Amino acid sequence: MNTNKRNLRNGLLFISPWIIGFILFTAFPLFSSFYYSLTDYNLIAEPKFIGFENYKKLLFEDELFYKVLTNTLFMIFIGLTFTTIVAIFISIMLNNKNIKGMSFFRIVFFIPTLVPFVVLSILWIWILQPDSGVVNTLLGFLGIEGPGWFASPTWSKPAFVLMATWMSGNMILIYLAGLSDIPQSLYEAASIDGANSIQKVLHITLPMLRPAILFNVITGTIAVFQSFAEAFIITNGGPDGSTTFYALYLYQNAFQYFKMGYASAMAWILLIIALTITTVFFMLSKRWGFEN
Amino acid sequence: MSTPLKVEKTNQPLLGRVKTKNSIKRIETGIIYIVLIFFALLYIVPFLWLLSGSLKSSSELFANPPIWIPESLQWSNFVTAFSQFPFLLYLKNTLIITFSTIIGAVFSNSLIAYGFSRIDWKGRDIVFIFVLATLMLPFQVLMVPLFILFKNLGWIGTFLPLIIPAFFGNPFFIFLLRQFFLGIPKELSESAKIDGASELLIYWKIILPLSKPILTTVIIFSFIQGWGDFIGPLVFLSDNSLYTLSLGIQQIMSENDPRWPLLMAVGVAMTLPVIIIFFILQKYFIQGITFTGTKG
Repeated sequence: MNTNKRNLRNGLLFISPWIIGFILFTAFPLFSSFYYSLTDYNLIAEPKFIGFENYKKLLFEDELFYKVLTNTLFMIFIGLTFTTIVAIFISIMLNNKNIKGMSFFRIVFFIPTLVPFVVLSILWIWILQPDSGVVNTLLGFLGIEGPGWFASPTWSKPAFVLMATWMSGNMILIYLAGLSDIPQSLYEAASIDGANSIQKVLHITLPMLRPAILFNVITGTIAVFQSFAEAFIITNGGPDGSTTFYALYLYQNAFQYFKMGYASAMAWILLIIALTITTVFFMLSKRWGFEN
Repeated sequence: MSTPLKVEKTNQPLLGRVKTKNSIKRIETGIIYIVLIFFALLYIVPFLWLLSGSLKSSSELFANPPIWIPESLQWSNFVTAFSQFPFLLYLKNTLIITFSTIIGAVFSNSLIAYGFSRIDWKGRDIVFIFVLATLMLPFQVLMVPLFILFKNLGWIGTFLPLIIPAFFGNPFFIFLLRQFFLGIPKELSESAKIDGASELLIYWKIILPLSKPILTTVIIFSFIQGWGDFIGPLVFLSDNSLYTLSLGIQQIMSENDPRWPLLMAVGVAMTLPVIIIFFILQKYFIQGITFTGTKG
């Protein structure tokens, strides 16, 4: 056997767990899910083939589905943007060579990400209690009457945004790593040209940070689509459907209403959304010239 | 006569400029400290609030204005948590699942990553794109068909749906380990091959021992994933006696009269192990996270 053949055999042997797992736990479920999405299936009776009925219902009849999409897009365009700005702001502040105690601050910002989702949910229900919660009490000292947070259709999503921002320690670590990769000479050259701190941030830091931002935004977007536990535990989608996010609605259809076909159609729409996002990501990173 | 005067004239304002520049720097640094401390407080206070909450009595929990340091520390909350709530059973279940997935993750992903990095075979990098693509696949896309699959296999109501897939690779860990393996010099493998070592022997004797730091990162991430996982147990464990800590806590919460002091105590008991592991193995956490962000 020549080297090429032997390498191919060995390579495939080593990755065989992945091949088996990919077929059994990804590819097969994916295709069977497409079949289920064309059926009416409640787990008890046999699946009944109904063509594209589920997709038609989702896209043209289910008003809640549009609400769910809007809620989820809110978490991406408003929520993720807010979190990104805060995380970058904190990282830039921390990445100053005159600042001591960087590792201490890093720990402080990272600790919240270690709190398990269930505990996180309990904690935030309690922190954002409308009448006795810490946040509203503090706002009260400032003479501001705090909103109902999770109990208010207007303020429930911002409450989830606050939680997400509190959990942004991963992002901050990635931005810090990106910042430390920026050559110091660029800043020195800018200083000689008389640039001030804000100009340096706008013209050096942010452009150089683009790979890290792109990475965080893409993983953050997928995370929004996957985010489930907090909404399920804290609001179960309420009040008035204002926190029914994509993953939660899919779960409810599948395991509370037992509409497996309908949930599968939602899963395929989610797959198409995820594929689109990923493609855009690859195209952007190619265009900006960073591979890997 | 004119030359020294000139020097004096140009020197004076220059020195002044340096001085004001320094004081501006100092003010800037001061402002940055204030802003950072402000944000640090915002991030740490909810966490401290959780710790103090676990030691409060029922009435103190909802006191208005809030009480930061309880009058008498209610250590009994923890005793109640361990006795009234099947804490130990849920802990045992969580540990069984978590340790099994850690073992699965370490062995399967290191083998797979070896195949994607230390052996040159035709089509390797194209196949690897598929691995990366599954990284972007939300769990919810596969949740329903996986449930149906596991139901048909008779696995629902056992730990198997949460454990078995861990033995067949995880795209994130494969990626992490592959990047690390690529950084190990090729010569090490080659000289071993000349001595007649097989790939499996090189994997076991050379690559794994060199990869302890990144394997530690995999173990930590795998632990955190298994320990805090919510949706997996919720979908696949139907039996009360198989519940994990996450599900158990959620169950008390959904009761009509949630026992808050108990919830806080269980919450702290569930969070502290993770925090302790973080403090001991901090550098592996940071390495793992920044590795993906900067090399991705």
